[in-house]
Amino acid sequence: MEPTLNNPLRRSVMKGLLGTTSFWVASGNAHWAEALAAEAAQPYQPAFFNAAEYQFLESACERLFPADHNGPGARALGVAEFLDRQMQTPYALGENWYMSGPFEQGPANLGYQLPFVPKDLYRKGIAGVEHYARQQYGKGFAALSALQQDEILTALEGGSVQLGDIPGRVFFEQLRTNTLEGAFADPLYGGNRGLGGWVMLGFPGARADFMDWVNQEGASYPIGPVSISGETA
Amino acid sequence: MVKHVDAIIVGAGWAGSIMAKELTEAGLSVVMLERGAERTTPVEGAYPESIDELRGAIRKRLFQNLSQSTLTIRNTMDQTALPYRQLAAFLPGEGVGGAGLHWSGVHFRVAPEDLRLRSAIIERYGEKFIPEGMNLQDYGVSYDELEPFFDKAEKVFGTAGEAYKVQGKIVGDGNVFSPDRSDNFPLPAMKDTFSASVFRDAAKNAGYHPYSLPAANASRQYTNTYGCQMGPCNFCGYCSGYDCYLYSKASPNVNILPVLRQDPRFSLIPNAHVLRVDLDSTKTKATGVTYLDTKTRKETSLSADLIILGAFQFHNVHLMLMSGIGKPYDPVSNTGTVGRNFVYQTITSSRVWLPPSTYTNQFVGAGGAGVAIDDFNSMNFDHGPLGFVGGSPVWVNQAGVKPIAAALGAGGGGTPRWGSAYKDSLVNTYKHSLGIDAHGSNMAYRDVYLDLDPTWKDAYGQPLLRMTFTWKDNDIRMNQYVVSKIEPIARAMGATKMNLVHLNAGQPFDTRTYQTTHLGGGAIMGENPQTSAINRYLQSWDVSNVFVIGSNAFPQGMGYNPTGMVAALAYWAAHHIRATYLKSPGPLVKA
Repeated sequence: MEPTLNNPLRRSVMKGLLGTTSFWVASGNAHWAEALAAEAAQPYQPAFFNAAEYQFLESACERLFPADHNGPGARALGVAEFLDRQMQTPYALGENWYMSGPFEQGPANLGYQLPFVPKDLYRKGIAGVEHYARQQYGKGFAALSALQQDEILTALEGGSVQLGDIPGRVFFEQLRTNTLEGAFADPLYGGNRGLGGWVMLGFPGARADFMDWVNQEGASYPIGPVSISGETA
Repeated sequence: MVKHVDAIIVGAGWAGSIMAKELTEAGLSVVMLERGAERTTPVEGAYPESIDELRGAIRKRLFQNLSQSTLTIRNTMDQTALPYRQLAAFLPGEGVGGAGLHWSGVHFRVAPEDLRLRSAIIERYGEKFIPEGMNLQDYGVSYDELEPFFDKAEKVFGTAGEAYKVQGKIVGDGNVFSPDRSDNFPLPAMKDTFSASVFRDAAKNAGYHPYSLPAANASRQYTNTYGCQMGPCNFCGYCSGYDCYLYSKASPNVNILPVLRQDPRFSLIPNAHVLRVDLDSTKTKATGVTYLDTKTRKETSLSADLIILGAFQFHNVHLMLMSGIGKPYDPVSNTGTVGRNFVYQTITSSRVWLPPSTYTNQFVGAGGAGVAIDDFNSMNFDHGPLGFVGGSPVWVNQAGVKPIAAALGAGGGGTPRWGSAYKDSLVNTYKHSLGIDAHGSNMAYRDVYLDLDPTWKDAYGQPLLRMTFTWKDNDIRMNQYVVSKIEPIARAMGATKMNLVHLNAGQPFDTRTYQTTHLGGGAIMGENPQTSAINRYLQSWDVSNVFVIGSNAFPQGMGYNPTGMVAALAYWAAHHIRATYLKSPGPLVKA
């Protein structure tokens, strides 16, 4: 089954199991937990990005959202895997973007006006950054020091770099947005591994029941997160 | 052969659903056409899939699919308007329930003087107080006339709140600025979240008059007027942008459609995009509508005696322009009415940080719950020395902040938006801060309007609607004044830090960040056919068997959220259709 926005890969594994008799016959849900654990143990094989592109994402996302005293970074959270999975959904094709021409550029406050959907922005954007990195530092992005990588990201964010057809700032914003989505979306999309993003923020995930916690005079909510699939931290 | 029904309703949101209920009660056969998909709470709204932030508010599951139709936007008349290609600044709904499925549930009535704002300003400050180019107008209907319909709507929505005055007697600690009510709220007010309670105490100590926001979130089990049931809200925080899995947030899907669907006089056709209202050769009578089945791309014409436009605000305006109902507005000659007085709201969200020992648990919340003050709303304060028209409620409306939204919004304004310092600020902000909004009015101006775009088309070949809109000095100064009143309240709350956000002089409207979906006007109600598209009963001045129901009727953007007013106007129009129009179809007001 092709993964789609409504049927991400990990959940389709789970759903398949839920449909089997053994799942329901077995006491508890050991089968399901085992299957998820087995899947998580396999290194993810990107399907949209090639190895070099994936390496770029692993490095760049980690700089945007680094591991530090607050908690895990993009690499540990599986953000690159999240991005690769997203590129296989209708979102990557600009499913709900108006993409009819003509494409005229105007003031920034009138919004996005490029003829590219997310998939194009990544293909062209990554190639553009790699080209820029080689030009500036003589090496690909992933091989640069953290400081050099930050310099490139700062230049992209600041709007001083053009990546072929794409303004560097546009690519930067796309990457930042999707990186943060990957850090904090439900783990069924491949990111937020181990619910690490939610633990960091104190967000309880799919608990969605705070009848007793409407007002506890500023006390910290005591229960850890749970995901849609039932995973806990 | 063209199929005939008594009434066709365009749009399956609040306006359309209320009208369908009223018209079927009157014995009419009703077909409701909805451009989007079928949606029912037990299917799309079921836990836990419905509370998936990525799929919901981020990928915008319940919102208009712009790939099929959008609008173009420019700030000023000398610019080229460009397509609104990605949903951001405002989020129209799509599918059965419309914006009434993804809304938060703040359910206001109206400040009575907002209905006669032009008259009220002139009485108090003189006509010269109204700035050049501002199209300040009265609605042509009074609060007393609408009161029974506000009451009726609250009993359908299961609205929770605390009243101030009922039948002339002070009955509770409600909003002292609110007008008299014929009856209490059907449900007691929602509890205060911690953030809201801190704001309530601070605002009271500062000498203001805090009140519980009226919320169409059920504070306990409720069975409404129609026998539809709501469950108690548990503050799960998935209101705005989601379909409530607990049946606690009022929606057409929960509060009206379950009974309508059982009525043999009613049928609902989803995936039916109405292309135009068909008129006869005189252009004064509608004969039916033509719609496109978006799945088969097949066009169908339906005939009817009565047509109700109940689509989202700007879709109603677009349909009128596409159909030739009324005269398109021309800002140069200042003639025509369709597209005139397009309005929005001014909203700025400020942030207050409490000490690190204090957790605001911002994920706890309900879309309609919160505490507000009206001391700087409507005509509740002296505008004389201030020199602007309008105002804002100020509130803490903790609706449930989700992590992706929090992360995307953190940083900026001179602070890092990525990296370790950004993470520090994100975690601190998520755990220990709260938001305070100034959610205010927006006046109408001669050069702010809607018309058809000359270049871009939708997926069905029709021209896109074009929006010409920017912030004007009057509204910017109003916002700045009200935001300045937040600072002392924030200090009294024990703020360790605050970020007060207001509009800046000359700042143009920015389509890239979410502000509010409370768009209004464009086909406004009024007493003069030269300056309004519909009369005080929301009936087209030009085509008397077409009624246009929605926030399109508002001559000004008010400080309050619009849904309560839209619902009351729908019941008001329906009452006059049933009491008068159906007995003798024709104009309810002589032009």
